[in-house]
Amino acid sequence: MIGATERRVAIGRHIVLIGFALVVLFPFFWIISAAFKTQIDLLMGKVLFEPNVQGFVKVIFDKTSDFVRNFSNSMIIGLVSTFLVLTVATLAAFSLYRLQWPGWVLHSLLGWSVVFHMVPPITLAGAWYTMFRAVGLDNTYTGIILAHTTLHLPMALWMMGVFVRDVPRELVEAAQIDGARIPQTLWYVVLPIVRPGLAATGILTFIFSWNEFPVVLVLSQRQTATVPLGIGKYAQENTIAFTEMAAASTLSILPAFFLLLFAQRFIVRGLTSGAVK
Amino acid sequence: MKTDTVWRHLTLMPAILLFALLTILPLANLVALSFNDVEWVNREAVWEWVGFEIYAALPEDNLLRAGVVNTLIFAIVAVALQMLIGFVLALLTTRVVRGRVFYRTVFILPILVPGIIIGAIWKLMYSYDFGVLNSLLMWLGLTPQDWLGDPDLALLSVIIVDVWHWTPFCFLLLLAGLESLPDDIFEAARIDGATGWQLLRHITLPLMLPTIAVTFVFRMILAFKVFDEIYLLTGGGPGTSTEVISFTIYRRFFTEDQTGYGAAMSIAVIAVIAAMIVGAMRATAGKGAKA
Repeated sequence: MIGATERRVAIGRHIVLIGFALVVLFPFFWIISAAFKTQIDLLMGKVLFEPNVQGFVKVIFDKTSDFVRNFSNSMIIGLVSTFLVLTVATLAAFSLYRLQWPGWVLHSLLGWSVVFHMVPPITLAGAWYTMFRAVGLDNTYTGIILAHTTLHLPMALWMMGVFVRDVPRELVEAAQIDGARIPQTLWYVVLPIVRPGLAATGILTFIFSWNEFPVVLVLSQRQTATVPLGIGKYAQENTIAFTEMAAASTLSILPAFFLLLFAQRFIVRGLTSGAVK
Repeated sequence: MKTDTVWRHLTLMPAILLFALLTILPLANLVALSFNDVEWVNREAVWEWVGFEIYAALPEDNLLRAGVVNTLIFAIVAVALQMLIGFVLALLTTRVVRGRVFYRTVFILPILVPGIIIGAIWKLMYSYDFGVLNSLLMWLGLTPQDWLGDPDLALLSVIIVDVWHWTPFCFLLLLAGLESLPDDIFEAARIDGATGWQLLRHITLPLMLPTIAVTFVFRMILAFKVFDEIYLLTGGGPGTSTEVISFTIYRRFFTEDQTGYGAAMSIAVIAVIAAMIVGAMRATAGKGAKA
């Protein structure tokens, strides 16, 4: 008898969750289906339609479309800034938590990084623009990569800090007694232990850099524009090319979607280490 | 030993350099800009010291006032709804074992998608002529709404998008919190004859307070930064009905080229946020000392 009620409760829970999941997924189905419609089908609000890849073809192959360039810009900026963020954050986290810095160094660095993380990026973007223009870094990969690296450093520092604190102090001390220098300790002792942390932090940094909008809006022009800028452009035209906007949107969700499918473990770990600890 | 001192400094140097050059220096730059009137004469910047003049003008700025008010309404309403819906759903669905990975994948997806694309998706769905929401309203025999073009409705429409965007993540965090609560307390209370409501009011809520606080703070910070979705959906309009603070700064600084003005706003926002962080830290530190 208990089994029967429990079963009913379990089914009820699944119904709630499936309903919730449908509400979350519906807009994605909608944009993907819009991407396969012709502009006319879309404007007529047709529910049943003949799938059509014209939107995708235009977005990828049309000479006036910048999408491929935007996509590769996003890749370059995302990958390089992720690599830099991981390097800087791992070094700093190891240094702060395992190399006996006085308390004020630790607290002022972490405190400042928290403040900076909470401030809307647009507040500093203006100053970045003026500074970068003065030294010729505006509208360059270097400038945007530097900005993205700084922007995502607080999160990475926080997350890598959580993972570095899992490295036993005794292990680091033992390595040093055995005559290992700091670079060797880092490479042979610390890195193997924090590898899952690097994956989690790296994946999230890449996704956030891929998604970032206000800073690239300020810093880049056509040559260095990333995917979000490209999408933003569609919406600003006088007559919005909705099918192309939908096709471009669908394509630009793919990287995050594949990372979520194949590296969910790391994403969940990263998100919870940031929020729970 | 000496080389290790060098290495020790080298490990921390990149982070300090980045922060110094790309956060402290720009901040100093903003402070300088906010006290000066900068004009470009023959491609050269001419600075004129104006003291607190720009700051004094801030409270008179209607756009800024709209930005602050809308940001507050947006953040409070959206975050309250996300927390409430997320919490109720979490209460309804604890201890679901089957299909966890599937549900989690679905609920994480929205926060990994670029904000600008969230905007694009909803712009399509909100369209007056062919959007799915108006099709639905007409099918139900109701009048279609101008979701993004009606000044009375636009802010609500933007809030709906944010609620859709972030409720799943609030749900996941709150669910994780609920599932980590110890079972035996609930068992004991149930044996003592506590009703479901009493359990919620006197056990679940107090125990969940830390998780609720963390989720709330995390969401508020992001809600105050909102920019991307609004940029695409309404561009702050119609009129100033969806103007938010990030947008005001962007507009003053870049589209209107009022650098000093934009800088002063940025400094004001940063100061308020820093003050809030210090306040929150004091408050939690005080509580920690008592407990």
